[in-house]
Amino acid sequence: MTINPDLQGRSYPAAEVYDVGREKIREFARAVKATHPAHFDVDAAKALGHSDLVAPPTFAIIVAQRADAQLIEDPESGIDFSRVVHADQRFTHHRPIVAGDRLVAELHVDGVRAMGGGAMITTRSEIFALAPGAAGDSADVREPVATTTSSILVRGEGQ
Amino acid sequence: MSITIAELTVGQDIGSRSIAVTRTDLVKYAGASGDFNPIHWNEAFATGVGLPGVIAHGMFTMGAAVQLVTDWAGDPAAVVDFQTRFTKPVPVADTTGTPEAGAVIEVSGAIGALDADAGTARVDLTVVSAGQKVLVKAQAVVRLA
Repeated sequence: MTINPDLQGRSYPAAEVYDVGREKIREFARAVKATHPAHFDVDAAKALGHSDLVAPPTFAIIVAQRADAQLIEDPESGIDFSRVVHADQRFTHHRPIVAGDRLVAELHVDGVRAMGGGAMITTRSEIFALAPGAAGDSADVREPVATTTSSILVRGEGQ
Repeated sequence: MSITIAELTVGQDIGSRSIAVTRTDLVKYAGASGDFNPIHWNEAFATGVGLPGVIAHGMFTMGAAVQLVTDWAGDPAAVVDFQTRFTKPVPVADTTGTPEAGAVIEVSGAIGALDADAGTARVDLTVVSAGQKVLVKAQAVVRLA
């Protein structure tokens, strides 16, 4: 199965809302061996000027990889997940992610490049926070939170 | 504590740390992140797709490595940009039931660039496991006071 070159330029709109919970921030922080009190103690986070617990710098990967799943699971993409290798990753934070945020991600396929029998695919997730009570598709009440870019190498047969 | 840009120089060391990794850590990261690719927890599957064995999630290594920067900066929110390339996998041996680490990741950081106008410092991380650089161009941009 080969990667569909027409993927380049494709976008997947914001789908389900991701609710950022305190326990999820704590769980993720422990999982990356983070110990900073701002991930665990609300008072410590507030002392630094944040409204609630602050997510670690790579927390947005949870939301970004959910968005990526739309592409990987798209039957038209031709991507075999078991042959995927993560090649590079970037997080640009427009403002910190904090507990209580309701996030949505728009996925953009910025690049598809054939490499051997496989392909390098670059995706970008634009992550927004919704205003309280807003629906996922109400573009006028969302605030840019983070931009993540990711390149995955889908290995061809024999690679 | 708060670091000011005036007290920093390019090339300055911000410290180092050693991160012990076990198979249990990979299972915890899988659960916390939602990345359940079996190459990170199933030996037979990993070797079946041509890997040397179970390997750490690249995102585990990236996420653990940046803690050096977070703790140095004093506020996790100060890390406004963070990027890396994943160059080598980190195989994690099965040491279940023993106190041994399955892999050790060594992280060190130095100031790579200063931008006085933006009020930011770029920290360049060197991330090594088993003598090989596992992350390349691992750069965190930190907003300073």
